[in-house]
Amino acid sequence: MTAPLGDVVRQLGEWLRGSGPQSDVVISTRIRLARNLRGFPFLSRASVEQRAELVQTLATASRRAGDLAKLIHVDVEKLDELDRQLLVERHIISRQHAEANGARAVAFDREESVSLMMNEEDHLRMQVIRSGLQLEEAWELISRVDDSIDQQVEYAYHAQFGYLTACPTNVGTGLRVSVMLHLPALRLTGELEKVAHAAREMKLAVRGLFGEGTEALGDFFQISNQITLGRGELDLIDDFRKDVIPKIIEYELAARRSLIKSRQQAVDDKIWRALGTLRNARLMSSNEAMQCLSYVRLGLHTGRLSAIDLHTVNELFLQSQQAHLQKLQGERLTGEQRSVVRAALFRSRLGHINQN
Amino acid sequence: MGPCEKCKKAQATFHLTNLEQHSIKEERHLCERCAAEEGLLGSEKPVLDLSHLMEQFVSGGKASAAALAGLVCEECGMTYIEFRNQGVLGCPHDYDVFAEPLAKLLESAHDGATHHVGKSPRSLGQSRKPTDELRRLRRLLDEAVTGEDYERAASLRDRIREIESA
Ligand SMILES: [Zn+2]
Ligand SMILES: [Zn+2]
Repeated sequence: MTAPLGDVVRQLGEWLRGSGPQSDVVISTRIRLARNLRGFPFLSRASVEQRAELVQTLATASRRAGDLAKLIHVDVEKLDELDRQLLVERHIISRQHAEANGARAVAFDREESVSLMMNEEDHLRMQVIRSGLQLEEAWELISRVDDSIDQQVEYAYHAQFGYLTACPTNVGTGLRVSVMLHLPALRLTGELEKVAHAAREMKLAVRGLFGEGTEALGDFFQISNQITLGRGELDLIDDFRKDVIPKIIEYELAARRSLIKSRQQAVDDKIWRALGTLRNARLMSSNEAMQCLSYVRLGLHTGRLSAIDLHTVNELFLQSQQAHLQKLQGERLTGEQRSVVRAALFRSRLGHINQN
Repeated sequence: MGPCEKCKKAQATFHLTNLEQHSIKEERHLCERCAAEEGLLGSEKPVLDLSHLMEQFVSGGKASAAALAGLVCEECGMTYIEFRNQGVLGCPHDYDVFAEPLAKLLESAHDGATHHVGKSPRSLGQSRKPTDELRRLRRLLDEAVTGEDYERAASLRDRIREIESA
């Protein structure tokens, strides 16, 4: 059963609504759990039949689990490349899941908060994404999802090593907490690298927007744990909730205040130039769009700009990405064509707003 | 924002601004490679690099390398050498077959940890005591009240009542 993806293009998942706590700095909170089923080899050794059986077993399990029965199921193997890319841009599946081969599927809810990736690197990767900083809420939800699936299947579990995973770097809890942050002021003041360094010292990974395998991109940073063995889920989440993330938020807000105080015209110039570029450009790369939107977002959250709302910024943020752009346009586009269409999208959406 | 100002070829993806006391002193637009060459990226290497750990581990014990090379899982056919090259295991049983070398690898990958702490499957019945969950919820409730987040406090109270009456 494959749901049509056409109608999701014009919506925003809950995580991009910008409504969560501390959403002036925290874009989203994501928690994922890696699980494998007992009685099957890991995917690198699974036969074609076993891969298909795994998808079948996991899809059935989620349909039988009361609270997951309404998830939308999509056969990722049968999707064309553009639709898979679309799901990656919406953070419903990982890049690795999009680019893998063989039987694989995903089930997600209408809010796009919960997603179950079947046959990713592990048999099952389940994730919850929420807008803003919602670590406890995300944990409660993912843990309930895990319990529901647990009642239907038997997980591969080891008395010493915990939940067994294909890669030993995920063994134990199989937990990955990722918090996506918007840190434009720390980048402007040149302190971003210090933050990244401090995070790495704490054995946390710092990445760009789309997670594993992507480099830091502009002002958007994702911070996640790497240690999954020997620390309980709640302790790990508490590190983020009480220690790491509040500190980074504090630094960023302090940097914003000091920039506005001492360099107001320079900051205003950045913000208004970014808006001017978005409203007038004829060719726009995705990197430039991301950078301009970052400044506009900074303008909104520092009160320097009020003619646009956050919802529009977040919508443009998603819709200016390549798969969304092509879906909205209804045709395949080359890189050059995408630049033209992207610029036109911004002009049509931002051209009419009042400049103040 | 145009090409890299240094090599003039690649797309500039790093835009750096030096903010001085009275004016924006300098703007730089570099591609990733040139930014890295100038040491502006810092170390982008992940803290936890499995292949690096593997190398460290294997070269650290040359005497046992031969013994390790002979390890093979009878269920999936995975050899230790294959695991070392690919970084992923073949089946859950491999955790027992390669237990000894894995234990050392896991210790260095997970900050010295040797045993799982945390959730376990329902079938095992342990660490699912509602008292733990209640303690956690009560702690969160305290925090919510202190933080004047009454909506959350109300939903936490509901959950606590739900568990207590179950
Ligand atoms: Zn360059
Ligand atoms: Zn095996």
